Amino acid sequence: MIPEIGHFALIVALMLALIQGVLPIYGAARGNAVLMGVARPVAVGHFVFVAMAFACLAYALLTNDFSVLYVAEHSNSQLPAHYRFAALWGGHEGSLLLWTFLLTVWTVAVTQFSRHLPQEMVARVIGVLGLISVGFLLFMLLTSDPFERLLPAAMNGRDLNPLLQDPGMVIHPPMLYMGYVGFSVAFAFALSALLGGHLDATWARWSRPWTTVAWVFLTLGIALGSGWAYYELGWGGWWFWDPVENASFMPWLAGTALIHSLAVTEKRGAFKSWTVLLAIGAFSLSLMGTFLVRSGVLTSVHAFATDPRRGIFILAFLVVVIGSSLTLFAWRAPKVGLGGKFELVSRESFLLCNNVLLSVAAASVFLGTLYPLFMDALGYGKLSVGPPYFNTVFVPLMVPMVLLMGLGPIARWKKANIPDMWVRVRWAFGASVVIALLLPFVLGKWTPLIALGLLLACWLISSVLLDLRKRMLREGGIKTQSRSYYGMQLAHFGVAIFIIGVTLVKGYETERDVRMAPGDTVAAGGYTFRFDGVRALSGPNYEGKQGRVVVMKNGQPVGQLFPQKRIYDASGMPMTEASIDAGLFRDLYVSLGDAIPNSGGAWAVRVYYKPFVNWIWAGCVLMAMGGVLALSDRRYRIHARKKQETHSTEHTATHEASAAGMTTGSKPA
Amino acid sequence: MMRFILPLVVFLVLAGFLYVGLGLHPHEVPSPLIDKPAPAFSLPQLDQPAKQFSPAEMKGKVWLFNVWASWCESCKDEHPVLLDLAERKLVPIYGLDYKDKPADAQAWLNTAGNPYKLVAQDTDGRVGINYGVYGVPETYIIDKQGIIRYKQIGPITMQNLRAIILPMVHKLEQQP
Amino acid sequence: MKKVLIALLLCLLPMYVYAGEAKPLAKDPAVEKRLVNLAQNLRCLVCQNESLAASQADLAKDLRQEVREMIKKGMTDQQIKDYLVARYGDFVLYDPPVKKTTLVLWYGPFALMLIGLAVLFYQLRKRRRTVLETELTPEAQQRATALLNDEENNQA
Repeated sequence: MIPEIGHFALIVALMLALIQGVLPIYGAARGNAVLMGVARPVAVGHFVFVAMAFACLAYALLTNDFSVLYVAEHSNSQLPAHYRFAALWGGHEGSLLLWTFLLTVWTVAVTQFSRHLPQEMVARVIGVLGLISVGFLLFMLLTSDPFERLLPAAMNGRDLNPLLQDPGMVIHPPMLYMGYVGFSVAFAFALSALLGGHLDATWARWSRPWTTVAWVFLTLGIALGSGWAYYELGWGGWWFWDPVENASFMPWLAGTALIHSLAVTEKRGAFKSWTVLLAIGAFSLSLMGTFLVRSGVLTSVHAFATDPRRGIFILAFLVVVIGSSLTLFAWRAPKVGLGGKFELVSRESFLLCNNVLLSVAAASVFLGTLYPLFMDALGYGKLSVGPPYFNTVFVPLMVPMVLLMGLGPIARWKKANIPDMWVRVRWAFGASVVIALLLPFVLGKWTPLIALGLLLACWLISSVLLDLRKRMLREGGIKTQSRSYYGMQLAHFGVAIFIIGVTLVKGYETERDVRMAPGDTVAAGGYTFRFDGVRALSGPNYEGKQGRVVVMKNGQPVGQLFPQKRIYDASGMPMTEASIDAGLFRDLYVSLGDAIPNSGGAWAVRVYYKPFVNWIWAGCVLMAMGGVLALSDRRYRIHARKKQETHSTEHTATHEASAAGMTTGSKPA
Repeated sequence: MMRFILPLVVFLVLAGFLYVGLGLHPHEVPSPLIDKPAPAFSLPQLDQPAKQFSPAEMKGKVWLFNVWASWCESCKDEHPVLLDLAERKLVPIYGLDYKDKPADAQAWLNTAGNPYKLVAQDTDGRVGINYGVYGVPETYIIDKQGIIRYKQIGPITMQNLRAIILPMVHKLEQQP
Repeated sequence: MKKVLIALLLCLLPMYVYAGEAKPLAKDPAVEKRLVNLAQNLRCLVCQNESLAASQADLAKDLRQEVREMIKKGMTDQQIKDYLVARYGDFVLYDPPVKKTTLVLWYGPFALMLIGLAVLFYQLRKRRRTVLETELTPEAQQRATALLNDEENNQA
């Protein structure tokens, strides 16, 4: 019964989405306030029904309803409750429902936080979001119904893939999707501006917070995915340039470019068409990611089960959404003006330069990810493009970007004063070069890449600190700078921390792959690891062995690690659970291989020493925090105050007008 | 003006590629050995381990080299088609038993029928690697000069037999 | 005799200290190190995008063994890669070879960057010439000052 209600709710949601998508946009074109006013309530109704469907699927999973095909394929009665819930997005159909649900959540957020915007704009934004939703709902109802029945019902489910039975599964996909879906709002704002012909600095001001929130979620989502892979997969890696990973990284790069481009447009009203194109691009890349992961055109461990029919549908959807938005762009963007003036060397041009680099980076990742497909389609045979390519291409692009990141914030708007800038940065640059040349020797090894990484990170940190210091001294105190400024510096600082993490881990990590009998020791990274054998282990839905490894430094025990080898009951799948002693400056990582037969209890054990690896994710978190800080900037709260003012002045005006015997017209929205 | 249409044009070209991409098989690894000589080897025969088999013996004949194993599920699907083909005597089929125990292989052939003229035993899979085998079943069509002319990835079905394999065998038979 | 036995036992002592040191899993760590470096950039053909180094698939184990033997035979990295490419095609390399068909892949990003920066430079130069800056009229200047003062007051 419940699954049928869920299915029905999706159908109703589709109807509402259609209304939401068509009427307000038509109303905005015609200036019809009634039709435009339909947007908010219908969007809320749409949300309610999608939420209902979401709840129904969750219910089916939590109550182990194996007469629902999706539940039977992705869940199991022995699965702990939170994983049964997370299984909702463990497969293709459910993850689509998550996508759609989050889209309605974002739409409702837009309805709530857009009171200060002109009605036509709100109507168009909500309308565009509605149309996107129509696409996803149709996709589900026509090809990927999460509520499809399995009759006769299975006795038990196939189980969630053991690799996914982890807290990471509970937070990573929702965060990531919040990011992907969030860019649809920036997209909707862009289309709304193109449709209405109002493409100016104010539009940029309104779009910016929405874009930043989406970017924050995407940053955290990607960081979570990377961190999860690191501790889950057992070989200490954290980024593989896998097509699905790239599918999340490309929108992030475009989104970062978009945030910075919005800054220029907001400040100077300049480069509007480029900003709009980026807004369309960021969301298009999100959708493209959806296509790549579900259509079977690329091979990936993360890909969902594929079906050509689904691939065709998504491709058609992509062509409609991206094709029509780019057509709209081609038609309307030329009419948009050029905006304010600024010099060839100025903060605006530095920002734009960085945008070009970020866009080229996104394009490069795109090229590498899809090149095998291009080659195959043209009949040139099969090719693999993997980490060697991406690392070779991406790192050189990063270098000028980071250099600009240090210069941009200290450059003046409109016209940068180069001699002044040089005076300010020369010590920072010099110090960075010295540190880059000397520090690696202190740490143990010097390679050009380590030196480069340290140079970039030091450069960034020193320019952030120098600028902070200068502003504090010049203007006296923390309160003088806007939160937007602090957010920027924090985010850039986060990038530096990230670079340090990557550089030091790649430069100085050690791995020992050894056979250990109980009592054996192995040394790595200045620590000694002693293997104390294994004992039996029993979990809620698995059995296995748990080893104990004692870690010592200078003869003193500093910790214990418990790597596990599990076999899951439902699927019989073996899994290795690494054990990590995480620290601020290093991780000690141990994973069990296979037991060595006829050896008196010896096991293959892999031990890693990973210095500064957590700085990778700390850097991402700092970036996200920077974004949040920038969001809380005063100017985004001004509208609340303005509303108060206009309300009071209007009140006075009405009073005076009626006192003079005149009637006032209808209030502007 | 042109530059505003460029994104749309680029996207449409991309969409074209993606459409073509939907019809491709990214998992299949095409063989670089097509039109190259079949790698030489000498392996013991399954039924008479004392005797060796080498592809050089097959010069002057067009033949199918079928890589299979008793533990392989898809091979079981392919088996009836091979039996039928063997019965019709259209082309000789020689087998390569890949990473298998001879006892298991022999037992399977005894139960299910033996379409092979003979089976070479590749216990450690080395010959398979030389032929670029990455999954079973796979079948090679080798011509009279000992050149590999086609590789069938996956089971032979009545469909691909009729559409590709038999016509190619026929064409190769016509050649000197 | 007893003295000989004690002397022998004493000789064994260092071995007790040594017995606890774990031996590398691989028989030959130097070969293994080279293997891992190579295998990380080779593709596991039967996996969903995993490297030959990381995969647990049977074929991956076989191919790793094959590569190990090739290293022991003294083949260079390039020879080993050529060996695998001859059997499995370019698909097996994660580092795509630089050929006519991959020129766009390898040089595309760099070319794109140059083109992008050039276009930006050109656009910025053009805008300097075409964008006219209008002077504020005295009334507008007054309004601007008033608004700014207003905002400052609101801040406090």
